[in-house]
Amino acid sequence: MSVLTLLAAAPGPITPTANTFTAPHVEYRALMPMLVVFGAATLGILVEAFLPRAQRYWAQVGLSLAGVIVALGFVIANHGMAETAAADAVSMDGVTLFLQGTILALAVLAVLLVAERGTAAVDLDAFAAQAASAPGSGGERAAEAAGLRSTEVFPLMLFSIGGMLLFPAANDLLTSFVALEVLSLPLYLLCGLARRRRLLSQEAAMKYFLLGAFSSAFFLYGIAMLYGYAGSVRLSEIATAISAAPHSDVLLLAGIALLAVGLLFKVGAVPFHAWTPDVYQGAPTPITGFMAASTKVAAFGALLRVAYVALPGMRWDWRPVLWGVAILTMLAGAILAITQRDIKRMLAYSAILNAGYILLGVISTTAKGVSSTLFYLAAYGFATIGAFAVVTLVREAVPGRDATSDADDVPGSVGGEATDLSAWAGLGKRSPLLAACFTVFLLAFAGIPLTSGFTGKFALFTAAIDGGAWPLVIVGVIASAAAAFFYVRVIVLMYFSEPLADGPVVVVPSPMTTIALFVTVAATIALGVLPQVALDLADKAAYFVQ
Amino acid sequence: MQSSIWLVPGLPLFGAAVLLLAGKRSNAWGHLLGCLTALASFALGAGLFFTMLGKHGAERTMHQHLYSWVPVPGTGANVFQADVAFQLDQLSMVFVLLITGVGSLIHIYSIGYMGHDPERRKFFSYLNLFLAAMLVLVLADNYLLLYVGWEGVGLASYLLIGFWQHKPSAAAAAKKAFVVNRVGDVGLSIAVMLMFVTFGTFSFGGGGWFGHPTANQAGVFGLAHNASSGTLTAIGIMLLLAACGKSAQFPLQTWLGDAMEGPTPVSALIHAATMVTAGVYLIVRSHAIFDLSPDARLLVTIVGAITLLLGAIIGCAKDDIKKGLAGSTMSQIGYMILAAGLGPIGYAFAIMHLVTHGFFKAGLFLGAGSVMHGMNDEVDMRKYGALRKYMPVTFGTFFLGYLAIIGCPPFSGFYSKDKIIEAAFSKGGTSGWILGGAALLGALITAFYMTRMVIMTFFGEKRWAEDAGGHEPHPHESPLNMAVPMLLLAVGSVGAGFLFNLNESFVKWLEPVTGPREEGKLPGGLNSTTMSVITLAAVAVGVAIAVMQYGTRKVPAVQPRGSFATVAARKDLYGDAFNEAVLMRPGQYLTRTLVYTDNRGVDGAINGLAALVGGTSGRLRRLQTGFVRSYALSMFGGAAALVAAILFAKL
Repeated sequence: MSVLTLLAAAPGPITPTANTFTAPHVEYRALMPMLVVFGAATLGILVEAFLPRAQRYWAQVGLSLAGVIVALGFVIANHGMAETAAADAVSMDGVTLFLQGTILALAVLAVLLVAERGTAAVDLDAFAAQAASAPGSGGERAAEAAGLRSTEVFPLMLFSIGGMLLFPAANDLLTSFVALEVLSLPLYLLCGLARRRRLLSQEAAMKYFLLGAFSSAFFLYGIAMLYGYAGSVRLSEIATAISAAPHSDVLLLAGIALLAVGLLFKVGAVPFHAWTPDVYQGAPTPITGFMAASTKVAAFGALLRVAYVALPGMRWDWRPVLWGVAILTMLAGAILAITQRDIKRMLAYSAILNAGYILLGVISTTAKGVSSTLFYLAAYGFATIGAFAVVTLVREAVPGRDATSDADDVPGSVGGEATDLSAWAGLGKRSPLLAACFTVFLLAFAGIPLTSGFTGKFALFTAAIDGGAWPLVIVGVIASAAAAFFYVRVIVLMYFSEPLADGPVVVVPSPMTTIALFVTVAATIALGVLPQVALDLADKAAYFVQ
Repeated sequence: MQSSIWLVPGLPLFGAAVLLLAGKRSNAWGHLLGCLTALASFALGAGLFFTMLGKHGAERTMHQHLYSWVPVPGTGANVFQADVAFQLDQLSMVFVLLITGVGSLIHIYSIGYMGHDPERRKFFSYLNLFLAAMLVLVLADNYLLLYVGWEGVGLASYLLIGFWQHKPSAAAAAKKAFVVNRVGDVGLSIAVMLMFVTFGTFSFGGGGWFGHPTANQAGVFGLAHNASSGTLTAIGIMLLLAACGKSAQFPLQTWLGDAMEGPTPVSALIHAATMVTAGVYLIVRSHAIFDLSPDARLLVTIVGAITLLLGAIIGCAKDDIKKGLAGSTMSQIGYMILAAGLGPIGYAFAIMHLVTHGFFKAGLFLGAGSVMHGMNDEVDMRKYGALRKYMPVTFGTFFLGYLAIIGCPPFSGFYSKDKIIEAAFSKGGTSGWILGGAALLGALITAFYMTRMVIMTFFGEKRWAEDAGGHEPHPHESPLNMAVPMLLLAVGSVGAGFLFNLNESFVKWLEPVTGPREEGKLPGGLNSTTMSVITLAAVAVGVAIAVMQYGTRKVPAVQPRGSFATVAARKDLYGDAFNEAVLMRPGQYLTRTLVYTDNRGVDGAINGLAALVGGTSGRLRRLQTGFVRSYALSMFGGAAALVAAILFAKL
């Protein structure tokens, strides 16, 4: 609960006038989703501390799912809310609720994927038995032999989810910063917990942490400058200060730029994208899926709020900069993905490319821009989690085949994920159903009609044209054409190539991954065939409260 | 009841989906499910029919709005509104009953006919798919959804013609049908686009929409009078092109004969009774556009007249019983198109002939299938003969269908065809005489080739031959589930025309859709009765010639060389040769030239661009060193650039 105390204390406007202390009014109903998630996370730590090892797994899975689903229930119950809470630190408006709902829905699926431990026949645990033991050490072997299972991933995930819920809701920059750290710190840890290719995983965690800290510094510096300019960290007061003094100021402009660096880092936009491929590749795949989908939703939510609530008066200044970033992001994402040989890295560049598309919605600065961004985030999130779920199921046939894996000698284990694209040749013949699922996601990424990607891109591009950013749309369409090449190449590879003789095996997961895959495929198709309900919802949710 | 309209196409669609997805597991009961969905759809259609009878006036047009697919707000009239919405009016009702009724009978017939086929389940799933698509076509309340159904029946037809894909001829026929239909489909898509550009909507328009907020919005028909006559003519001609493709009209008629490679129930259902009449439906449905464009209408009548003669002449020369019937189908649809092109004096008769033709032609095809079934799948009529004794039920139903198609009173063809001939003459002017003359001549030739077919198949002496495997044919009557549909269709061939003409009930039924029928005036002092007598005389002449030629003389078991005209007719009047010389060859030259240009010019540019992108990618990739220090440096550089950009842009 420490985080919430921080929240309540953070914002500036309460000026102590006398010695009397008025307890701030806390709007429990509005804060309930976050309270539930943080509460579940705290309980998870207690479970980790006090429950016997054998019972922890189910307790943690149950607690995480219950926490996330109850929180989702509260978000749904709060629909139509338009108020600020916790002494104006948090604004509960349509955008917040839509994004919180999206994050929580994605989180349910991510928890299911993280909870995948395989069946009696195959062991699919993605996480290191003992994170603290050094790769290849005796301690690691002992932990493996003892059959240890890491369950601390669940509370870590819950804390991260809590941070993500707060990030798009933060109504002042300090809360925003706290949320950013709360969501990031557990993610750094989670990235380093992979069971296979542990060195790669730990390297990814280290890189993510260092660069994340670096970007946080920019973010914080930006906050300081904006505070220096406006005398407040509250978004609405920054907006007021800008409209009161229309002439520009170095503090203001530099503050905006530095703040943007922090946010653009989190969404993975060029030139702050360098971490994305390395981290996506190294992190345990369920965590990659979670990170790629939910972090993007939270970070774009925060970017939307800063841009539309605090800085609408400066849009003629920040829009050209974002134009440049969006163009670079789309082009670099599309071009670099073409030469990737590793499926996870390819999806990482695809994530960069999609960040570029979503920036079009932000740049649009119209209500349509907001709603199309919201819709695209949801559509993209489902397809991304699904795509990474598919990656977890395609495994090397021979345990220990890849040189970097360290702990594959456990009986009943299959090899690591076969992430090299060449291994995916002929997958359609080996496992038609899985290949069909992956095809759906790839078609969605490529923006083919009757998938969510088409509707989302159509909405984004329309909004961008309404906002006058038609040159960006041209770049976006060119990037889509280039991107279609590498998406369709995988489909061609899966269906029209002969399978390798010693190719990968497709494992049959427990119902957890199956459910997650089913839901993501269904959502991807439903948002393409019958998008109207979701589009209407996004339209209705496109309002801010200051 | 109204809210269950969607179930009419929905049930067969469900059946098709189950049968296709369940795969071999449903082999045991697949055909039963297929029949069940078709029958349920028919029952629902009948229920809706009685609901409609219980209503009056404008209420008879029922609407159901399912959902809108991404409405895109735009400026002015250009709001893109793709609705999945159904409209059931008197015209659609006729089609729903015809499609599901004849469709159900043919499903039942197929249980026996396809009994020995290992892929019977797949056959039924395709039949169900066809029903669903065809029902969407006739129930759609806008042109876009109609287009969906239009493409759907094209797909189903392709799958069914090529059902025995192991035969190269069947595979080639399926491909040909698909490609030729594509030409027509382009016409429909252009027509739909033209409508959207001109009117800003796809909707037929008018009427209160069931459960939809935008009630009474103006549609294409309501707005048609605002458009220029040039636009209307263009739309009309494109719709005609579409109709020519689907309904095998000149110049896109060549695929229908080859389509007989499909199983006979398919020929009966799709290539005689329902799908090929989609063109007629399209023209009658779009009558608001054709009413305003006399030029387009004239073209429609010309196409109809040419095809009705063309098909009839082809029918005379064919020895393959199914190909003979295919020529006849072309010719009969030519009559319908002609009637539809005549405008308000003809719409109702076009549809009436369509329905009666659906009965008797489906019956004739099922009869032909039954004969083939008994004769080891022999299709050459020269190897039939004297079958009436061996297959009395088949002979009886076939003969009733024969009487209906040649227009012998009081069978159903008499009422509908006679009216079309009369309407053609009463168009007036020179064109009236020419069109009427063509229709009359067509009636004579129809009588000739149908009599020839009946004599060669059922009369004369045995000319049976062993099949390729050396088996003697043992003609026998078909099983009950094949005989009953034939009997029921024969009842339709006998009674439908009389029933429809009672009190002009059919014309009055359609009046709210097609507008009040104009009474035509016959030229040259003719009246209705004399017209009928003349037509019957023409028919009698045709029958007499055929009897002289085939009934009194011996039919050679091997096809004689024949005159120039016969050879031409056997080769479909050189329709394929014409296509090859005029379209295919120049097309091939054009393709070759384009491929050359493409290889040298376009591909060069594209490959160059691809190489550039690939090269850039390879080079940029090296920036991803894996060193966190260089990443941090790039971030720092990026941040510096961002700050610089935002500052210098301003200051």
